[in-house]
Amino acid sequence: MAEISKDVMTDIYYWLKLTRTIEDRVTILYRQGKIQGGAWTSHGMEAISVGYAFALDKDDIICPYFRDMGAFLVRGVTPKRIFAQYLGRKTGVTGGKEGNVHVGDLSLGIIGFPSHLTDNYPVATGVALSFKMRGEKRVVAACTGDGGTSRGDFHEAMNFASVRKLPVVFFCNNNQYAYSTPLRFQMAIKDVSQRAIAYGIPGETIDGNDILSVYSAAKRAYQRARDGEGPSFIECKTMRMHGHSEFDAAKYVPKELLEEWKKKDPVINYEKYLTEKKIVTSEKLAEIDKRIKSEIEEAVEFAEKSPYPEGKDALEGVYKV
Amino acid sequence: MKEISYIEAISEALMEEMERDKNVFILGEDVGVYGGAFRVTEGFYEKFGEWRVLDTPLSESGFTGAAIGAALMGMRPVVEMQFADFISCAFDQIVNVAAKNYYRWGGATPIVIRAPFGGNVHGGSFHSQCPEAWFFHCPGLKIVAPSMPYDAKGLLKAAIRDDNPVIYLEHKYLYRRIKENIPEDDFIVPIGKADIKREGRDITIITYGAMVHTALEAAKLLEEKGIDMEVLDLRTLLPLDKEAIFSSVKKTNKAMILHEATKTGGIGAEVASIISEEMFDYLDGPIIRITAPDTPVPYSPPMEEFYIPKVSDVIKAAEKLAAY
Ligand SMILES: Cc1ncc(C[n+]2csc(CCOP(=O)(O)OP(=O)(O)O)c2C)c(N)n1
Ligand SMILES: [Mg+2]
Repeated sequence: MAEISKDVMTDIYYWLKLTRTIEDRVTILYRQGKIQGGAWTSHGMEAISVGYAFALDKDDIICPYFRDMGAFLVRGVTPKRIFAQYLGRKTGVTGGKEGNVHVGDLSLGIIGFPSHLTDNYPVATGVALSFKMRGEKRVVAACTGDGGTSRGDFHEAMNFASVRKLPVVFFCNNNQYAYSTPLRFQMAIKDVSQRAIAYGIPGETIDGNDILSVYSAAKRAYQRARDGEGPSFIECKTMRMHGHSEFDAAKYVPKELLEEWKKKDPVINYEKYLTEKKIVTSEKLAEIDKRIKSEIEEAVEFAEKSPYPEGKDALEGVYKV
Repeated sequence: MKEISYIEAISEALMEEMERDKNVFILGEDVGVYGGAFRVTEGFYEKFGEWRVLDTPLSESGFTGAAIGAALMGMRPVVEMQFADFISCAFDQIVNVAAKNYYRWGGATPIVIRAPFGGNVHGGSFHSQCPEAWFFHCPGLKIVAPSMPYDAKGLLKAAIRDDNPVIYLEHKYLYRRIKENIPEDDFIVPIGKADIKREGRDITIITYGAMVHTALEAAKLLEEKGIDMEVLDLRTLLPLDKEAIFSSVKKTNKAMILHEATKTGGIGAEVASIISEEMFDYLDGPIIRITAPDTPVPYSPPMEEFYIPKVSDVIKAAEKLAAY
C-alpha cells in the first residue's frame, strides 16, 4: 500500500469530523422535535462511509445505505442540503419528498437509497455491468448492514457480480445489531465476510473504526475491480453507538459492550493518531473543527429559514417528461 | 366491558390466541426481546419463550416461507412485517405459494401476516404505504383492515382461526389514538362481513382503516348541512361483502368510496365496478372515489397533509353527490 500523504490524512479528518458533528446536530434537532418521523445516524460508524467514499474517484458511483452520511458528504452533498432534507424543506436534496438520507443525486454519483435493505446491491451490479460493457475503468461501491446481508437480494447480487467479474465492491457495516436483533440471531458464522466464500468473491474483515484501514482496503478492492479482476466484499466491524433510531433507547444493548466500543471511537482515535504521530498539529485540527462548526451553523440556519414545499408539489415528478 | 386502544386490542388477540392454541406462534424482526417495532408483542417473549416468539434474520421472504411450511404442518404462524412496506420483499411467497397452495394441490395454508400500514406519521415513501391493492388482485388470499379496537381484536382472532392465508392490515396511525369499550369475553369478528359504523339515508360512503374515522368526522359535519351519510366500514377487503354494499346503496342510491391508498387500480375501482354492474338501476348519481393521488407517499408535512384524503375532501364530494 502506498503511503497516505499528510494532506490526504488531513482531508479525511475533515470529513470524519464533519460527519460526526452533523449527526450530533441531527440528534439535537430530533430531540427538539424539529425532525419529523425518525432520525437514523451513524454514530460510531462514521469511518466506514467516509473511508469507502473518500477512496473513490470522481467518476465512480456509490449505492449507500441509510447510515452512510459520510459518503453523502464526501460525494458533495452540502450540509445545507442535508439539514434542509432532514427538516423536510424545499431546498433539501429531495425537495421534501423524502426524509433523512433516503436520497440520491446522480450528478454526484449517488444512487438513491430505498429503505428496503440491500435492494441496491443488485442495482450496483447493474451499474458495474454497464461499466464493463462499455469498457470504462469506473467502479461502484455498495453498502448495507449486517442485517441486510440476510436478504435474498444480497446473495443474488453477490453471485451475479462474481459470475460476470463485475467492477463492484460490496461493503458491510457490521455494527453488531440489526435494530434489536443481535448477530447471533442474524447469522451462524463468525464473520460476515465468510458469506463471500460461497460466491467465489474475496471477502475481508477489517476494523471499521480505523479510517485508514477502511480507506486502504477500499483502495485495494477498487484497484482490483478496475483491473478487471472482479468484485470484492469488505466487512467493516464496528458498533452502533446510538439506538437504532434516535427514538430508540436501545436497552437491549449491554452497557459493557458500549463501554468497550467507546474506547474505539473512530473520530477521537483518529484525532489522537494524527497528533500523537505528529502528522497534524492540534492547532490545525482545532482550526478545522472551527470551520466545521461555522459551516454547520450556517447550514442549519439556511435550512430553518428555507420554505416548506407546497402541498400540491406532491403531485410533481412521478414521471420524467 | 373495558376500554382498550387499537394496539392493545391487537396484542390481546394475539395473547389470547397463543394461550388458547399452542400451535399459534409469532415470527418476524425484533418481535421477541424488543417486543416489536411498535411494541405489539411486548412481554410475549418473557411469557412464551423464544420458540413461540421468534426473532428472525432480516429476511421477509425467508420467514414468510418458513411460516407457510409450518402452517402446512399444522402450526398457526403469525408473521409480523415491521412495516407493511416491507411485505413486498415476501411478495412471491405470499402470492404464489401461500395463496395458491390450496387451489393447486389441497395444501391449506393458515398463516396470518400482520402488516402495520398507512401514513400520517411522517414516514416517507417506504414507511407509509397502503399495499392492499397489490394483494387484492390475488385469489386465495384474504385481506382485512380494521378501523376500531373491537374489530381489530375480533378480526385478528378470526384470521388466526381461518384455514387460509390472511393479510391483516393494522393502521399504525390508529394504534394509540383510538380507544373503544369492548367485551371481556372471547369473541370474533367474521371475515367477509362489513359493518355500518353510522347509519344514514342520503349517501353511502364505503371505506376502511383509518379513513373510517375521517368519514365519521365528515358525517357529523354533513349532518349540520342536512346530508345524512351512511358510513360502511368494509373491515374485510377480500372477499368483499357485496351484500352489505348493495343493501346500503339500495337504501341511499348514492355511493362514494374513500381510501388512503392511491386511486388507480385501487379497492375503490373494484367497489365502483361491482356497484355499477349490479346496482345500476338504483343509482341516482355517479360513484365518486376519494383517494390519495397517484404518487408515492411524500415526507414533508405540507405534502403529506395534501396527499392524505381529508374531512374537507369528503364534505366536498358529498355535497356534489347530494346535488344529484
Ligand atoms: C427489507 C427490510 N425489512 C425491514 C426493514 C426495517 N429495518 C430498518 S433498519 C433495520 C435493521 C437493519 O439492520 P442492519 O442491516 O444491521 O443495519 P443497521 O441498522 O444496523 O445499520 C430494519 C429491520 C427494512 N428497512 N428493510
Ligand atoms: Mg447492523
